[in-house]
Amino acid sequence: MEKRIIDQQLDTLRDKVLLLGGKAESAVQRAMTALATRDSKLAEVVLEDDKIINQMELEIDRMSVEIIALYQPAAHDLRLVISVAKITPVLERLADHAGNIAEAVLIINNEPELPQYPDLKIMSDAAAEMLRNALDAFIAEDGEAARKIILEDKKIDASYKKVFGELIGGIINDPTTTTSAAQLLFVAKHLERIGDYVKDICELTVYLAEASIIKHSPNKD
Amino acid sequence: MSKISVTDLDFFYGKVQALHNISIEIPQNEVIAFIGPSGCGKSTFLRTLNRMNDTIPNTRADGTILIDGANINDPKTDVVALRRKVGMVFQKSNPFPKSIFDNVAYGIQINGIHSDKADLAVRVEKALTDAALWNEVKDRLNTSAFGLSGGQQQRLCIARALAVQPEVILMDEPASALDPMATQKIEELVVELKSQYTIVIVTHNMQQAARVSDKTAFFMLGKLVEYNPTDKMFTNPNEKLTEDYITGRFG
Repeated sequence: MEKRIIDQQLDTLRDKVLLLGGKAESAVQRAMTALATRDSKLAEVVLEDDKIINQMELEIDRMSVEIIALYQPAAHDLRLVISVAKITPVLERLADHAGNIAEAVLIINNEPELPQYPDLKIMSDAAAEMLRNALDAFIAEDGEAARKIILEDKKIDASYKKVFGELIGGIINDPTTTTSAAQLLFVAKHLERIGDYVKDICELTVYLAEASIIKHSPNKD
Repeated sequence: MSKISVTDLDFFYGKVQALHNISIEIPQNEVIAFIGPSGCGKSTFLRTLNRMNDTIPNTRADGTILIDGANINDPKTDVVALRRKVGMVFQKSNPFPKSIFDNVAYGIQINGIHSDKADLAVRVEKALTDAALWNEVKDRLNTSAFGLSGGQQQRLCIARALAVQPEVILMDEPASALDPMATQKIEELVVELKSQYTIVIVTHNMQQAARVSDKTAFFMLGKLVEYNPTDKMFTNPNEKLTEDYITGRFG
């Protein structure tokens, strides 16, 4: 079928959001690597990259408004622009959480090393995988895959509870670890929030693919 | 009960079949938009609803069109009464070469609706007010209708249609020749009139259909492809053909 003028715009919009998703994904991974390897330089790279991510968000916003104003998209075209416009701030906030983790890493790296918390690793691996799969589902417009990814968030929530308990226990046993442990509590909370944002992306993928709104729906799980 | 209920309607220009098996229910006090590429039959279908096609020789309509339960294709139908009940506004405004007042009064007079001169003036004022034109023309009612702008002439034609107290108004691309401001006024008027009338509007302007109508019917090659609430049609149509048409993939 012949390409319409709007198709070129929509392709570019899709590419831009995919690029932003990739940046957000890499921010999360780098922040968690910086934590695991006590690499302050890498944490600073994450913080520096956040400025680029903010610029990308503004550019996608501008382009979404322009497409709506100039091309008056309807049906699937409209759902694509709306879902991109809604996913973009989600990705930006998700990257902000990666930035917050990087800030915690900078503080933790000035403190004595704590024992490893395996559930924190489980959480971060699960969050990274969910995000990668959610972006793939969005680009493939695969509503069914998106619905499955939403269920994965329960794993992150369960790990969060475990990590939380372990860290509080650690603080009680050895109050000198409080600074680092408190920062790790924040890290765990950020990962838990990242899982929630990935769910938002999946809900918007379902909207794009199936035109159904599952946000706030009791049956979405 | 629907205001208009069409079942298995076929329509022929001579041997050429222009409408195929159309069935549709049009509820009272709603705006229904007909969309589709040129030649898809939407205007032909619109004109079957008050038998305007009767004026074209060698045409034939099969199937039933019930308005308030009565089959208008019945040979015993009083076509003049039908067209009073189902008024029409065309693409190009077509005022009579008369004064603004007489344009609106004409239909009332020939239909013998009014009782006296004062009553006639009241009816003319009401029709012009309902057509959102009164304030612009009240000081020049006796001047020629041709002195009005295109948008005003179109609203005058709407006033003329309203003056005979119809129940259904058919509009065939009523704003296609108007500038954006005049178009907006017509669209506001359509939404306003909905509380009193049932309105069927043919339009090539997708955004206009989306803005003014409650339901949209998409026609192609003389067939009704999809008929659904307008928000559904423009966000998630059932048929791929509808999606392709409203997103400009063809037509």
